[in-house]
Amino acid sequence: MTAGAEQTVARRSLLQRLLSTGTLSYRLGLLALAMIVLAAIFAPFITPYDPIALDMTSTLHPPSFVHPFGTDHLGRDVFARVLYGARIDLQIGAIGVAVPLLIGTVVGLIAGYFGGWTDAVIGRVVDVVIAFPFLVLVIAIVAMLGPGLLNLYIALTLVSWVLYARIVRGETMALKRREYVLAARNLGFSHSRIMFRHILPNTIAPAFVFGMSDFALDVQVGATLSFFGLGVQPPTPEWGLMIAESRTFLLTAPWAIIAPGAAIVVVSLVVSLIGDGLADLARGIDGR
Amino acid sequence: MSSPLLSVEGISKTYQPGRSFLERRSIARPSLIDVSLALDKGDILGVVGESGSGKTTLARCIAMLEHPDTGRVMLNGEDLVTMPGSRLRARRRLIQTVFQDPYASLNPRLTVGSALAEVMLVHRLETKQGVRAKVMELLAQVGLPASAFDAYPNAFSGGQRQRICIARALAAQPDILIADEPVSSLDVSIQAQVVNLLLDLRDRLGLAVLFISHDLQLIDFIAPRIIVMLAGEVVETIPDGVPIQDAKHAYTRSLLEAIPSLDHIFRAETNPTRRETR
Repeated sequence: MTAGAEQTVARRSLLQRLLSTGTLSYRLGLLALAMIVLAAIFAPFITPYDPIALDMTSTLHPPSFVHPFGTDHLGRDVFARVLYGARIDLQIGAIGVAVPLLIGTVVGLIAGYFGGWTDAVIGRVVDVVIAFPFLVLVIAIVAMLGPGLLNLYIALTLVSWVLYARIVRGETMALKRREYVLAARNLGFSHSRIMFRHILPNTIAPAFVFGMSDFALDVQVGATLSFFGLGVQPPTPEWGLMIAESRTFLLTAPWAIIAPGAAIVVVSLVVSLIGDGLADLARGIDGR
Repeated sequence: MSSPLLSVEGISKTYQPGRSFLERRSIARPSLIDVSLALDKGDILGVVGESGSGKTTLARCIAMLEHPDTGRVMLNGEDLVTMPGSRLRARRRLIQTVFQDPYASLNPRLTVGSALAEVMLVHRLETKQGVRAKVMELLAQVGLPASAFDAYPNAFSGGQRQRICIARALAAQPDILIADEPVSSLDVSIQAQVVNLLLDLRDRLGLAVLFISHDLQLIDFIAPRIIVMLAGEVVETIPDGVPIQDAKHAYTRSLLEAIPSLDHIFRAETNPTRRETR
């Protein structure tokens, strides 16, 4: 009971520290991400248009007060599609980071902590996956499983858990020799307690920072696959798919491509601002 | 004759250098060669030697943080070296270590209170209701304020951190405390406080203490019995009651001579005899 209460106090103070400190660019990044997430959630209140409703009477209209980002070749409001598209693309980024981060962290922790044969076997698997070019492997897996969002998540997870595993393994191997970990062993704690309570909280920061840049990459990969027709299927609003659908009108209606393209750039930028800020904070908290 | 609390019998340890294929296997120098010692309740045994003489390896082998290649570590008549992992884990708390670097010895993400409470809860030495009071008692025992409970290690100085480490070791209610150069990274003024704390705890709790240091004068002050190590071997054992100045081995003599002293200036007044520790 007491221990549980202490933990929540510790966690809250860490969260508070994450929100209340940091560089200006980190705070701007957090603010911008919060705004993007809110805009995606409250999209129906921001725009009156349905992102998939066709209106053949107003196709390829340039930006105006009625349609801030113009309309595409099927008369759909581009602004509405960008807003609703954020729901899909942010989800691709979030799930594409969270699941591999979870799997990779646990596997890397086990490999680094136990070493020896466990590490050798896991290390070889990681080497094999890393040896393939990232995008080629994702496309190959999705092509094999068939197009769709779920298969995209499976492909992203299969390919990117190894990166997290490698980061966490390296950190764990360094920390294993630290005296507080020796002390934990000396105190007779179980392996899982040492790994998850004493090593994990001190190794997770670099993986988290990497996850932020991976988030941007996953959004881009999701868009790329949709562009190739392997990811999200029409008429779902998704930024990569929007670019793919409008590419034949590039010269006559560039707004239909610029808007989703800019959205990808902005999200990538915002997330990497947060990643940089987190890296600074992690150094500060560890005092390393 | 009953067996002592701890008896280390002929332990040796060689660290195998990492072997990569292509690289020829190099021959490792042993870190510990056939070391034996015995320790009873309330004893203080000093271990002295230069860097790389195997003092820390000895400490880690006794605490079973390293597995000795040969020999036995007998605790209450049970051999820890051959004991299966699950039983060993329950015995580990009986031998506690205070490490050299107080800045690396505490998990930066655990408050002092939760780090201490964890030890007692894991070993079921205390109930969840009673653990807070017990932690406060430990903090008072090592001379830390009650406010330390909710603080993180980064709020403390080296000397204070070492007190926290001692409190954490005591939380496990050990029989044996291994102090592996516990004061060598501290200021001289703080060293005395931490050493006195250790001596005081020995007296109050009847702990057996294995005190490791490269500082001959400090060891001489603390420990009635001293073993001198060189290149992994015990080269001399100085029994209780024998002044360290009477050491016979050439290496010990050279260590003694290396102590900077003002004796030649104050020869008239000073009379270097060993102080009593009790």
